Amino acid sequence: MSDTNKDALPITVRNVTKTYGNVYALDDVSLDVKSGEFLTLLGPSGSGKTTLLMVLAGFTRPDCGSLKFGDEEMIRKPPHLRDVGMVFQNYALFPHMTVEGNVGYPLRLRGVSKQDVATRVERALDTVQLGGYGGRRITELSGGQKQRVALARSIVFEPRILLMDEPLSALDKKLRDRMQIELRHLHEQLGMTTVYVTHDQREALTMSDRVAVVNHGRIMQLAGPQELYDRPENKFVADFIGDSNFLSVTREGGTLTAGGVKLRTSCNVPEGDSLALMLRPERIHLLEDAADDETNVFDATVTEVVYQGESFLLYAKLSDGSEVAVRGAIRADTFAGLPRAGAPVRLGLAAADTVLIADREG
Amino acid sequence: MATTDINAGGLRQDERMERLKLFGLASPALLLVLVILVIPVGWLFYVSFVGADGSFSLENYERMIERKSYARIFQTTFEVSILTTGLCILIGYPLAYFMSQLPQRLANLCLLAVLLPFWTSLLVRTYAWLVLLQKQGLVNNWAISLGLWDEPLKMVHNLNGTLIGMVHIMLPFLILPTYGAMKAIDRDYLKAASNLGASPRRAFWTVFFPLSTPGLFAGSLMVFVLCLGFFVTPAILGGGRVILVSMKIVSNIELFVNWGAASALGVVLLAMTIVVLWVASRFLNLDQMTGGGH
Repeated sequence: MSDTNKDALPITVRNVTKTYGNVYALDDVSLDVKSGEFLTLLGPSGSGKTTLLMVLAGFTRPDCGSLKFGDEEMIRKPPHLRDVGMVFQNYALFPHMTVEGNVGYPLRLRGVSKQDVATRVERALDTVQLGGYGGRRITELSGGQKQRVALARSIVFEPRILLMDEPLSALDKKLRDRMQIELRHLHEQLGMTTVYVTHDQREALTMSDRVAVVNHGRIMQLAGPQELYDRPENKFVADFIGDSNFLSVTREGGTLTAGGVKLRTSCNVPEGDSLALMLRPERIHLLEDAADDETNVFDATVTEVVYQGESFLLYAKLSDGSEVAVRGAIRADTFAGLPRAGAPVRLGLAAADTVLIADREG
Repeated sequence: MATTDINAGGLRQDERMERLKLFGLASPALLLVLVILVIPVGWLFYVSFVGADGSFSLENYERMIERKSYARIFQTTFEVSILTTGLCILIGYPLAYFMSQLPQRLANLCLLAVLLPFWTSLLVRTYAWLVLLQKQGLVNNWAISLGLWDEPLKMVHNLNGTLIGMVHIMLPFLILPTYGAMKAIDRDYLKAASNLGASPRRAFWTVFFPLSTPGLFAGSLMVFVLCLGFFVTPAILGGGRVILVSMKIVSNIELFVNWGAASALGVVLLAMTIVVLWVASRFLNLDQMTGGGH
């Protein structure tokens, strides 16, 4: 972490509610973003993640709630007095100004001297690897360059909080992957508290210190990427993050049964009778030999095998009729050796890879 | 080589046929332009160089230079056009801004209100102003009975009446392109300005206004050029006291039956209009004028 980190501010959101008619865009949301943290709001469209970001930026006025940057209450402050940087989804670069005009805009508003504007703009452009681009017109830039200019404009006035609204969604996949890493490095370098909105779960897992999964205006789970993937707390998170199979679990006394098999598990078993077993396709193995004690074994019949380049996807039907997908890496000629549709297979799932969650909607 | 030009001749022929058909579709319009624009203007040009005795002469143009009244007419025409354009901007820009900020349904209603008079006959609207603005008209009578002023104001048959009528007629030409340009401004630009620290006033002047100027310029130019050749409204509401080029052309024909003099005036007016448009095009991106700039 860098020295500038001590300038970053924590964000405290308390009981923020925003309704449109009788739809809750934000339903009593509370959230703490630590100083210097990279936190991602992840959710499907209409989940409220963007509304929450707009509340932070001051463009959406909530019905009630509190918002603090550091110790200062911000909820009633107009956006132009909040001093937060923001990268918009469509960049919102002013088309009637040059790159220099755009990046220097916040500095000129703050009455920075001409000379300082020039040096600080150049430094910001250097930071996003666009040194020497100051004289370009916005229309001459490629999508990736626009993205960088927007970023430079949002950091040039050294805000202590940076907000980003799906900034990479307009880029093609290769560029997006590279920008994810670059943004991550930039965050480490500048150290400002960052709130990032995306609907792309891989992006969220790649970039974030912590991820808040949002749905129906509520935060479903707030955790680090790995915990979110390995230990989802509810069915929504389990379903939204990564690929997943669900098997319903029956509970009789201390015995759990799923897919016709008595379950071995090392994870915490939630309260309640209605449980589901979540299986990640890539954690299921095709067993050839006898399994050890720590592995659950499901007998199944292959229904379909799909070739996907770097991996295969095998669909199989368990003895109780439920269907699961299995993913495996393809090396050399392993694909040719896979069982065909109709063939019997044995699927293994380590006890450590079982995830039991309460099976209810929401 | 042998395999590369399979069907090349036939494909080229198809291409030629397609172009020919497209040209065929455009020909009625081209013919119309030729008959009602190119030929009459050419004839006008020709007539302006024919003297009273029927031979080639520059007397129609010499008269314009010699007589002071002509210079004054051109001066009045430009003054009235500039004043009308200026007033249209003062009234039209804030209205267009207001409309652009309304929810779409209300904005459409306002647009309808702007367009409704536009669809009413020009003559009807002009005479309506005559009725409203005259000495014993509605406006004067009401104002006096309300005590706003004591003596009837002279609001018609002079410059005032001319301007009121012309501004009213011309306003939609300014509002429509301005409103169009304003609607095309992404609201995120203003959010971005605000986020970067601009107060609403600063955001307006540094972002919204510059982005709306292509529409404003296009509208202003249209109003100005239309004003240069405007006849009906200034003729009726000016009451003969405000004489524009168009009115002089009419009197040359109707009173003096001097087609040569009228044509020469027409040619000079056309030339001036072209110069105005040419100068404007030097400063404006004509692409932006049609809304293609964004």
